[in-house]
Amino acid sequence: MSTDFKLNQNNLSRRKFIGIIFLVFCLLGVLVAMMGLISLLIQVILQGYEWVTPNLIFNYPSRHPEQAGLWPALIGTLYMMGLTALITVPVGIGAAIYLEEYAPKNWITSFIEINTSNLAGVPSIVYGLLGLSIFVYFLKLERSILAGSLTMSLLILPLLILASREAIKAVPMAHREAAFALGGDKWQVVKMAVLPTAFPGILTGVILALSRAIGEAAPMVAITALVYITFVPVTPMDRFTVMPIQIFNWVSRPQDDFRGLAAGGIIILLFLLLSMNSIAVILRNKFQKRSEE
Amino acid sequence: MNLNNSVFDSKRGHRLRMKIEGRIVNLFVSICAFITLLVTFAIIWNLVQQSIGFFTQVSLIDFFTETRWSPILIPKSFGIAPLVAGTFLVTIIASFVAVPVGLSVAIYLAEYAPDTLRRILKPIIEVLAGIPTVVYGYFALTFVTPLLKIVFPEMIIFNALSAGLVMGIMIIPFVSSLTEDALIAVPNSLRQASYALGATRFETSIKVVVPAALSGIIAAFVLGLSRAIGETMLVTIAAGATPKLTFNPIESIQTMTAYIVQLALGEAANGSIEYQSIYAVGILLFLITFSMNTLGHWIVRRWRNVY
Amino acid sequence: MNNEQNQPKDILKVKNLSFYYGTFQALKDISLDIEANKVTALIGPSGCGKSTLLRCFNRMNDLFSNAKVEGQIIFDDLDIYSQSIDPVLIRSKIGMVFQKPNPFPKSIYDNVAFGLRINGFAGNYDEEIERALVQSALWDEVKDRLKDNAFSLSGGQQQRLCIARALAIRPDVILLDEPTSALDPIATVKIEDLVNVLKKDYTIIIVTHNMQQAARVSDKTAFLLSGEDRCGVLIEYDYTQTMFSNPKIKETEDYITGRFS
Repeated sequence: MSTDFKLNQNNLSRRKFIGIIFLVFCLLGVLVAMMGLISLLIQVILQGYEWVTPNLIFNYPSRHPEQAGLWPALIGTLYMMGLTALITVPVGIGAAIYLEEYAPKNWITSFIEINTSNLAGVPSIVYGLLGLSIFVYFLKLERSILAGSLTMSLLILPLLILASREAIKAVPMAHREAAFALGGDKWQVVKMAVLPTAFPGILTGVILALSRAIGEAAPMVAITALVYITFVPVTPMDRFTVMPIQIFNWVSRPQDDFRGLAAGGIIILLFLLLSMNSIAVILRNKFQKRSEE
Repeated sequence: MNLNNSVFDSKRGHRLRMKIEGRIVNLFVSICAFITLLVTFAIIWNLVQQSIGFFTQVSLIDFFTETRWSPILIPKSFGIAPLVAGTFLVTIIASFVAVPVGLSVAIYLAEYAPDTLRRILKPIIEVLAGIPTVVYGYFALTFVTPLLKIVFPEMIIFNALSAGLVMGIMIIPFVSSLTEDALIAVPNSLRQASYALGATRFETSIKVVVPAALSGIIAAFVLGLSRAIGETMLVTIAAGATPKLTFNPIESIQTMTAYIVQLALGEAANGSIEYQSIYAVGILLFLITFSMNTLGHWIVRRWRNVY
Repeated sequence: MNNEQNQPKDILKVKNLSFYYGTFQALKDISLDIEANKVTALIGPSGCGKSTLLRCFNRMNDLFSNAKVEGQIIFDDLDIYSQSIDPVLIRSKIGMVFQKPNPFPKSIYDNVAFGLRINGFAGNYDEEIERALVQSALWDEVKDRLKDNAFSLSGGQQQRLCIARALAIRPDVILLDEPTSALDPIATVKIEDLVNVLKKDYTIIIVTHNMQQAARVSDKTAFLLSGEDRCGVLIEYDYTQTMFSNPKIKETEDYITGRFS
């Protein structure tokens, strides 16, 4: 080794020190994220817990906060969720099956794939405008829960396709090959070998997409226009409201009591979301265990 | 070999049924996939068709150069600049929160965190993504704004700063999970090579891993900002309904999305220029987010290192 | 045992080294001395622990959180596993080249410069980078395109680039972990010739599963074997010529003559 080759390695402790500072910085970032979440939850719970009463759930909206309730919004949310599921689940899973199992590898397929991921990034209010023009006015569905559900179906369709594709992609090639080797044709292989294995993942995807639908207010605002609905929807052609819109209505009022009501409504909404996500996780674990037996 | 006995006959009937079923299914799933193309077409056609009416009455030049947006109150003016400024003001404030936090969370989870900690932290951060945006709006209005008023006493209730800060928190998981994916995609062999040359963990992360994942990281930022631009309820609740061309964050402004909500709630008459203005704003919003999303995906495709 | 004028100097002394991944023992009581400016080969069937042993020399195994070491490795009169030594400094003196070429997605120049920059080199970068590329027999092929991305090179060239990258910081020892197993025969020959030249300035320890390569390239060879417990032990360690023509232990002879792979 030549003697004039010098590596300055005396600064090792400085290098390590910089590393520690950086780690602290990263941890600060994690802390900020945590604090944001925690302060949000605490604020909601503190302001809302005393408003979570049977009144809140079962009453109709009212000008008097003590008597106001979420009932039409709650029913509207559940009703809309059900209708949306009916519409979007077959289409979403169907499209995912096509893209994963049937589609030839050409530019049309790539185009569909790129298009789907672009649709996932379109702002939700734009879907609302679409629903307003096409479902409310053009198809003359008026501002009905059917129009709302159709709009919501379009909104969550890309998410559902994405999640279903992941679930189908996760099925090992070996399953398909075994089914083909036994003489199955394309559809038989998909029906008997792929779908049953992909089912838990698809189910999880459906529940997660629907839970996203529950929280979306913007497109529904465009469809319903009003936020003060005092009746429960019965037929698909009835007018409706959903929980996020009712919460939005209460938040927009200046009185403190309504803020408290809004917080109470949020607690119920978050509880609903938590239940749905927990069900998704439980179902997925349950089906995964069964497929591993 | 005689195949004409009863066992194979029933099998042949079964095969025929399966074949028909298969054909129907093939048709059905193809239609489902092409519906997605139809949706895009419908969105674009809807926006264009509805805003044509608007642009026959308001020239494009006026739309982009007028500095006042007042479609309802007289004197009417249709300059989009205040709404765009409002949107970008909130988005830039949001990026000051989301970019450093998202990046540091992602680097921590990908390069530093032990497995058990990672498995706990990651879902918690994902919870931020699952919270409905009305809840964030509520949080901005009832918690962040009063807090900020202590620091800025002259601030009014509806302002861009509160909305922007909370928006930043809202898109943290978006930015951090895309960034984390990009970091994890960098093969371990590169980290090993770096360590073998006597680098510390920090040097390996910053000088090897982050540069190697750069395209994915930039795409994460672009896509996160696009999400912020398209966000509606949070800004409607917290940022205000006064379109104003300003860069002062403690003022009340209105974003493009909030304007659309305001008009949609007001039941503007179908066909009136106020109604059409929703679509004019909508098409601009769509174009902005669409180009950012396309840019984000293009960056990944073009610059991603193939290992 | 030797006819050299100078006493052979042992640059690395392994003393009773045992290595554990958690509760699993991968190496048991290994002792051997690595001679300076010679090529030492570590051979043995797959899973015998030769790569694990190699990675002990530059403490790369420390990157696993459950790695545990018993025994010592003495380098320059210091036990590299003692508490007072930072592995980061060891690695600038004991470099490594990996099985699959792993250049950074940077330019050829920046790849070779990386180690110099990290370790605070304050001299003439262009000179050192040229020297490293010359020593790794790559200079003529890349001298006009140093700014090109490393991935524009062929597999064999990338591996020589990785060697140059390691050489740039002038380590005392270079560890080669099956450096040619991912390369074609022509690239392999180039690297073997390189090893022969490099040993004048560096000490080289090479892991190889190819016995012919060990015979061609190394001055001394260590043969490791693991039993049913998958724990590697040192069976025999001798000058290559001696071991291959006249192995002292039966297992060595069995392995060399191909009675088991």
